[in-house]
Amino acid sequence: MENITSAIRIIPLEHYLFLCLALFSIGVIGVLFRRNTIVILMCIEMMLNSVNLLLTAFSAYRSDSSGQVFVFFIMVVAAAEVAVGLSILVMMKRNVDSIDINLLNKLKD
Amino acid sequence: MFQNSWLILLFPLLGFVVTGIFSKKLTGKTSGIIASLMVLASFVYSAILFFQLKQITNSSVSVELFNWISSGKLSISFGFLIDPLSVTMMMIITGVGFLIHLFSIGYMHHDERVNTYFSQLNLFVFSMLLLVMSSNYLLMFVGWEGVGLCSYLLIGFWYRKNAFNNAARKAFIMNRIGDLGFIIGLIAIFTTFNSLDFNTVFSQSSHFLSGETIITFITLMLFVGAIGKSAQIPLFTWLPDAMAGPTPVSALIHAATMVAAGIYLVVRSSSLFILAPITMDVILVVGVTTALVAAIIALLQNDIKKVLAYSTVSQLGLMFIALGLGAFSTSLFHVTTHAFFKALLFLGAGSIIHSLQGQQDIRLMGGIRKSMPITFITFFIAVLAISGIPPFSGFFSKDEILAEAFHSNPLVWGLIVITSILTSFYMFRLLFLVFYGSYRGDSKTFGKIHESPKIMTIPLIVLAVLAFAGGFLNIPAMFGGTENFATFLKPSITLFNDFGFETKNHLTEILLALGVLLLIIVTILVSWYVFVKKSVLPVSDSTKRGIISKFIYNKFYFDEIYNFFIIKPYHWFSEKFTSFIETNIIDSIVNGIGSIVVFVGNKARLLQNGNIGFYMFVMIIAMISMIACIIWLK
Repeated sequence: MENITSAIRIIPLEHYLFLCLALFSIGVIGVLFRRNTIVILMCIEMMLNSVNLLLTAFSAYRSDSSGQVFVFFIMVVAAAEVAVGLSILVMMKRNVDSIDINLLNKLKD
Repeated sequence: MFQNSWLILLFPLLGFVVTGIFSKKLTGKTSGIIASLMVLASFVYSAILFFQLKQITNSSVSVELFNWISSGKLSISFGFLIDPLSVTMMMIITGVGFLIHLFSIGYMHHDERVNTYFSQLNLFVFSMLLLVMSSNYLLMFVGWEGVGLCSYLLIGFWYRKNAFNNAARKAFIMNRIGDLGFIIGLIAIFTTFNSLDFNTVFSQSSHFLSGETIITFITLMLFVGAIGKSAQIPLFTWLPDAMAGPTPVSALIHAATMVAAGIYLVVRSSSLFILAPITMDVILVVGVTTALVAAIIALLQNDIKKVLAYSTVSQLGLMFIALGLGAFSTSLFHVTTHAFFKALLFLGAGSIIHSLQGQQDIRLMGGIRKSMPITFITFFIAVLAISGIPPFSGFFSKDEILAEAFHSNPLVWGLIVITSILTSFYMFRLLFLVFYGSYRGDSKTFGKIHESPKIMTIPLIVLAVLAFAGGFLNIPAMFGGTENFATFLKPSITLFNDFGFETKNHLTEILLALGVLLLIIVTILVSWYVFVKKSVLPVSDSTKRGIISKFIYNKFYFDEIYNFFIIKPYHWFSEKFTSFIETNIIDSIVNGIGSIVVFVGNKARLLQNGNIGFYMFVMIIAMISMIACIIWLK
């Protein structure tokens, strides 16, 4: 444990920050502009993972393990979300024979 | 006994509720009996109070039931003031009211809404009792409004006829005008005395000087209220129209309730009125004008009830003359005797109308005295009483007013004498046209004319006895009497009222009374000569009339004048307001608000396009701006 923490500390904190920012932005942009539901789900995963990475980095630098505990929670939530999201996806494919998210605008009528 | 005086109110209220709730189930007779018994119970209780009151020394009892309204300086209790004045009124209302109820059982038995009728009649009695029993102006106002409501309901009782509804509305609206004056008076009283309680107000009023502006204002406003209820010029036109209701209702309105309310208000507030000489003069002028004008109008009326209605207006004028002269107990004495003989006259008229199957035009009556002997005799007694023939009750009360007037203002005296002569003329005209000569109506109905059933004739007989003997309540000193009535009332009426008969010259009074009596007898003889000997009939409506006759026949065109000066301009304004302000300003504001909402809605609708990507975009933009805000605010 001590080794991993010191290994993380070899790279300066700013690098983690920039990487996470980049990953998160890519995720956001993907969610906003892609129409494929699978890609959107993957982008959400990417956003979650960028946050996870950030939490881990901060946790290592502050020598506080609670950040790493949070990471586990987020992973559990992400797994649950994927389970639900994929089943929605399957139903969507069955019903409208497409996974284009923009087709799902029936509620406005 | 005094603590439980609320029972007097409870009985008629109970009658109102019971006959009202079970109006679908009860037979007309049962509800009539219930309603009558309730009023009788109140009468008995009032009589007990009367005898108890005579025994105690200060002869005024305040009964506070509970604190009714309490807010800031305002504190009004729900309480009664039992004193000679209120007890007298209570006995008139319940006593005469009971006889009218009894009469109604016979008169209304064929009506399909007879239960509703009795229910409303009981409510009428209840409101009037509340009016006279209350210990403060506000509670009195509740009764005052209740009386107004009941008169509206009962005048418009046969609501299927449009004209009757209009009459009811007219009575209601005319009374509202008076009520406005009353309310203003109430507010002025409260701001001046910080209380609406009779005892407090009257005891404080002694701190004011005679003729002070605020007192004059208060009394004038109260008098406006009294004008409305007691049908004086200029608010008197509703009373003749109120004849649209069932005849017993007219008897109740004219004798025991409603019109007496105005007199009662002035008598009750006598300690205020005595401080306002200007108001007293106004009352005097209004009273004299009304008495004379109404008597003149009554001369040419052909509807039996209308004649009686105008005679009531005229007699009320006499009562107001007495009030204007400061003779409060005299006025109340005339209220009492008038209650007896006017109730008798109206019930007699009801008996006639009942027998003639709704005929009210005296030109189509005549010669029915043989077929309706009891009605005839009782009616005759009432006519003698109202004409002021001794020893019938009207003589004593009218003579007192005449005596008061002669001592203060001979001109007023002269006008009252003229009114009395006119009164006896039109009353005997009515009597002769209805009961003498030959029958002028439809010959088929002549055989059907019959004396009314016992339930109707018994009240007539009782009232006839009262109308005959009522005057003995207060035999003036000049005839060796002790003026029991005035002495009894003295504690309720202001201390300033010391118009003692003792100081006056009895010989002059007796001579005057005899002179007036002579004039009245001559009038009666003239009337007999014209209507019986020569059997002159009132002309039919189609005949052309002279200018003066036309003027009188059309009731001085009062209704037309009001129509021209008030109703027409009102309609004109309403129309202008509809076409200009309503369409241009009000409509554009209301419609403008509507179209703004529609416009915004149309734009906002576009936000909801169902596109998930768009929603997410909005969400993220919102989050970013929120975070930006937080950072920026730091």
